[in-house]
Amino acid sequence: MQVSRTVAALPGVTGVIVAMATPLNLELATNMGLAPEEAASPEQLLIGVAAEDDEALAAAVAAVETALAERERSTGSAEAIPQRTIGGGLAERTTDGPALAIVSVPGQYAVAEAADAIAAGRSVLVFSDGVPVEHEVALKRAAHDAGVLVMGPDCGTAIVSGVALGFANVVRPGPVGLVAASGTGAQQVSCLLDMAGVGVSHVLGVGGRDLSEAVGGLATLDALAALDADPATERVMVVSKPPAPSVAATVEAAAATLSVPVRSAVLSAETPDLTAAVEGLLRDMGLDVPVWPSRPGAAEAAAPGAVLKGLYSGGTLADETMLIAAPALGEIRSNTPLSPHLHLALDPSAQDQFAPGHVVIDFGDDALTVGRAHPMIDPTLRLEAIAAVAASDEPAVLLLDVVLGYGADPDPAGALVPALSAARDAAEHPLPVVIALVGTEGDPQGWSKQADALAAAGAAVFASNSAATRYALDLLGAAR
Amino acid sequence: MTLGGLLDGPPAIVAAGVDVFSDALRAQGADVHDVEWRPPHFGDPADLAVLALDRRRAAANRTAVERLLAAGSVLVDVRPAREVLDIGDRMLLHSGPPLLWENASGPMRGALIGACLFEGWASSVEDAEKILASGEVTLDPCHHHRTVGPMAGVTSPSMWMWCLEDPVSGGKAYCNLNEGLGKVLRMGAFNDEVQERLRWMRDVLGPVLSKAVRGSIDAGNDPIDVKGILAQMLQMGDEGHNRNRAGSLMALRELSPSIVAVDAPSSDIAAVLKFAGGNEHFFLNLGMPTAKLALDAARDVPGSTMLTVMSRNGTEFGIQTAGTGDRWFTGPAQTPVGLFLGDYGPEDANPDIGDSAIMETYGVGGFAMAAAPAIVRFVGGTVPDALATTERMYQLTLAENPAMAIPIMGFRGSPTGIDVLKVARTGWLPQINTGMAGRVAGTGQVGAGLVQPPQECFEQALAALAEAARTA
Repeated sequence: MQVSRTVAALPGVTGVIVAMATPLNLELATNMGLAPEEAASPEQLLIGVAAEDDEALAAAVAAVETALAERERSTGSAEAIPQRTIGGGLAERTTDGPALAIVSVPGQYAVAEAADAIAAGRSVLVFSDGVPVEHEVALKRAAHDAGVLVMGPDCGTAIVSGVALGFANVVRPGPVGLVAASGTGAQQVSCLLDMAGVGVSHVLGVGGRDLSEAVGGLATLDALAALDADPATERVMVVSKPPAPSVAATVEAAAATLSVPVRSAVLSAETPDLTAAVEGLLRDMGLDVPVWPSRPGAAEAAAPGAVLKGLYSGGTLADETMLIAAPALGEIRSNTPLSPHLHLALDPSAQDQFAPGHVVIDFGDDALTVGRAHPMIDPTLRLEAIAAVAASDEPAVLLLDVVLGYGADPDPAGALVPALSAARDAAEHPLPVVIALVGTEGDPQGWSKQADALAAAGAAVFASNSAATRYALDLLGAAR
Repeated sequence: MTLGGLLDGPPAIVAAGVDVFSDALRAQGADVHDVEWRPPHFGDPADLAVLALDRRRAAANRTAVERLLAAGSVLVDVRPAREVLDIGDRMLLHSGPPLLWENASGPMRGALIGACLFEGWASSVEDAEKILASGEVTLDPCHHHRTVGPMAGVTSPSMWMWCLEDPVSGGKAYCNLNEGLGKVLRMGAFNDEVQERLRWMRDVLGPVLSKAVRGSIDAGNDPIDVKGILAQMLQMGDEGHNRNRAGSLMALRELSPSIVAVDAPSSDIAAVLKFAGGNEHFFLNLGMPTAKLALDAARDVPGSTMLTVMSRNGTEFGIQTAGTGDRWFTGPAQTPVGLFLGDYGPEDANPDIGDSAIMETYGVGGFAMAAAPAIVRFVGGTVPDALATTERMYQLTLAENPAMAIPIMGFRGSPTGIDVLKVARTGWLPQINTGMAGRVAGTGQVGAGLVQPPQECFEQALAALAEAARTA
C-alpha cells in the first residue's frame, strides 16, 4: 500500500495497485480494470499500473521496482520520547536516593508540576511566582501529608546538601541549617556565617509568603522538623521578612519543642538586623564574632540636607535597611514600604521615578520584574535610577546592594563601576555611594575582587547590609 | 526518613521550566534531568490546577485502574441481539455518541439502511431512508447497551451477538459477529452481497457458533478466555485493533473442536470454518467487548480523570470518563491519515467511525503499536514510528497493563488508562489505528490509517471534571 501511494503520485499514472493478491485485493484490482490474466494466490504480490501513455507506464514500473528493492533503512529502534512533566521525569529516574523537583514554569501551570512531585513522594522547589496563595496552601498541606517539602513558590534560594539552587552562594558545609522565607536574607546570613568560618548543612527556602497569615508557616514548620531530624544539622536559624505576628508565634512555639536549638533572624522593628542575628548565633556556638569585611571608599561627607536613596535588588535587604534607618530618618517611601501610607507607585518606564525625600526601592519586587529578568541578572532599571539620582538637584547618599553567587550577574561591578563614576561626576552635590556586597570569596565573582573594583569607583563596601546602612546613616549625619 | 530522604545527600534534580537553573546546577556537577515541559495544550489553567490539587484524584484513578486491570473476559454465549439486549422492536444500535439520522455520515446511513433491509422493515432503500428519517426506527448508541460495534457498529435485533462476561465483576458485554473485509455493512455497504452474507450469518453462522459455544460449556469445559487470547496476540505481532491475524486464528483454534461437534450439515460446518478462518478481523468483535468489560468495570469512580470510552459515529467523536459517568463529551470526528486500498484516495474517506477505539481506551490498538510493527504496511508510517507511538502513549496513561506485555519493549505492559489531565498537560492526543470507510453510502472500506480524537472532547471533559472537583 505504501508503494502504491508513492507510485500513484507520479505524473501520468492513473491507477496503481501493489498489494498481496488476496481475494479482496484481486477484487479491487478488477474494479480498477487491472485484473491479472492468470490466477493469483494470496502469497503472490499483485502489481497493477495504469498510465496515460507508455512513457508514464515505464516510469511507473521502474518506480515500483525501485521502491520494492529499497530496503527499509530503519533499525527498528524508537526515538527517545522526552518526558513532558515532572511526574514523567521523576518516574523515569529509578534512583532511590535523594531527589528534588525544580519548577520554574509560568506560575499558573506550576501547581500541576509541583503536585506531581508530591504525588511521587518528592520535595519540590517552586521558583515560579504568580502562584495563587490558595494553591500554595493546598500544595503545602498535601506535601505535609506526604512527608515532603514545598520550597516556594517564588523561592529563589536554597542549598541542599551542598547543591546550590537558584540564587545561592558558594558557602562551606557545616552545622547550621537555615529555614528561609527570604532569598536574599538567606544569602546574607549564609555568607556572613561563611566569613566567620561557619558552614551550612542546608538552606531550605520556603517562599516569601510562608509566614503570612494565609499560609501559616506550613513549610517552615515542616522544614524545622526535618532539620531537627537531620544528623548534619546542629543549629537552626529562621530567616524571614517581617511575618504575620500570629504565625511568628506559632513558629516560635514549634521551634521551642525541637531538640536542635533554633535562633530567629526574623525581621521586625525590634529585631531589625540580620547581622546581629548571625552574631548572636556565633556567640551561641562559643565563637568569636569577626570584623566583617569592608572597603572604606571615598568617605566624603554628604551635602547638607541629603536624603537616603536606597536602590535594592534584594527585598529582605531593602526591608532590613528601612527597619534600621526609619528610627533615625523618619518616613521612608518605598514600593515595598514598612506601612501602606508610605507606598510609592513606580512606573519603570518613567524617567523621573523618584519622590523627594528618603526612598528605598526593591527592584526585585514582582511589579518591577514583569517581562524582564531579576535585577540580580539584569541591572538596567537600577542603572537608570542611579543616573536619575545623579541628575536630580536633591542631595543624596546612594545605598545599594550587590548580590553575588550562582545565578547572579557574573560581574556586577563591570556594569556598576562606570555607572557610579558617571553619576558621581555628573551630580551637582557630592554623591557618596555605599554598597552592601553579599557574597563569599568562593563565589564565581569573588567577594574581594568585586569589592576592590567597587571601592576603586569611590564606593564604601560592606559585607553586612546593616553595617552599610549604618554607615550611610552616619554620612547623612543622622543620629542613630 | 524525613522529607523522603531529601537531606540525606546531594539530590538528583528533575527540572521543568527555564534552562538557566539547570545549567547552573550542571556547572556545579549536580545530577540534573530536564523534562521537556511546554505549556498545556488546552484547558483553563485554573481547571488544571483544581484537578492537580483534587485530593480524590490519585486514589480514584488507582481504583479505576485496578478495576480495569483486574477485569477478565470469557465467552459465555452467542445469542440474537433481541434476546440479550434491551433493544426495541424497531431499534438500531450504532457506534459512537448519540446520533440523529440527519447528521449521519454516508457509511452510517448505508449501514442503517442495510440493517432496515436485513430486518425486513423496508423493501427498498427509499423506504428505509423514509422510516429512518421519520424516527419510526429508533437509533441508540451501542455503548448505552453494554455493546460495542466496529465501524458503523449497526446492530439490529436479528443479529447474533458474542456474549462475554467478566468473571471478576460479573459484568457483561456484547458485540455482533464480524462480516469480514471489503463490501460489508459496518463499512456502509448494503447491496445484495451484503444482505446475502448477513442472512447467512443469521441462519447458519450464528446458530452454529451458538451451539458450539454452549455445547462446549455444557460439556463441562471452561469458557474460552478471550482476554488470554488478546494477551497472546500482542506476543504474535497483533495490536488488537487493526491487526487481528494471530488472534483470529487462536480464536478459531479454540472454537473449532466445538464447531465440528455441532449437529449441522457438514457443508455448513465447512462454510463456518472457512468464513472464520478467512477473516483477519474475526477476533476484533471478541477483543472489543473484552475491552468494554474492563472499562465498564472502571465506570463511576468520582474524582477519576481516566477515560472509559473513546468512540466515533462517523460524524462526532465522543469520550466518557470514570469521574463523569455516562456523560458524553464530543467533537467533530477527524478523517484518518493512512494508506488506501486500490485507487481510493483521501477524498474518498469518511471521518472517523466506530466503537473500536475502545481498544485504545483499553491500552492496545494504537497504544500497543510497538507490538505490531507489521501494521505500518497497512496504516502507514515506519517501524520506528510504531515504537515511538507506544513510547509516547505511556505519557498519557496511568498504568502499564502487565497482562498485555509488549515483547520488543522488554515485555513492558502496554500503556493503559488514558488520563484526561495528562492529555492536556502533554498536548499529545491518543493515537488510534483505524479502518477507513468510504464517504459515500454503499462504498465499503477504502483504507486504513491513523487518527486522533478532536481536542474539543478533552477540553469539555477537563472542564466537567474540574467542575465536579470544585463541588466535591
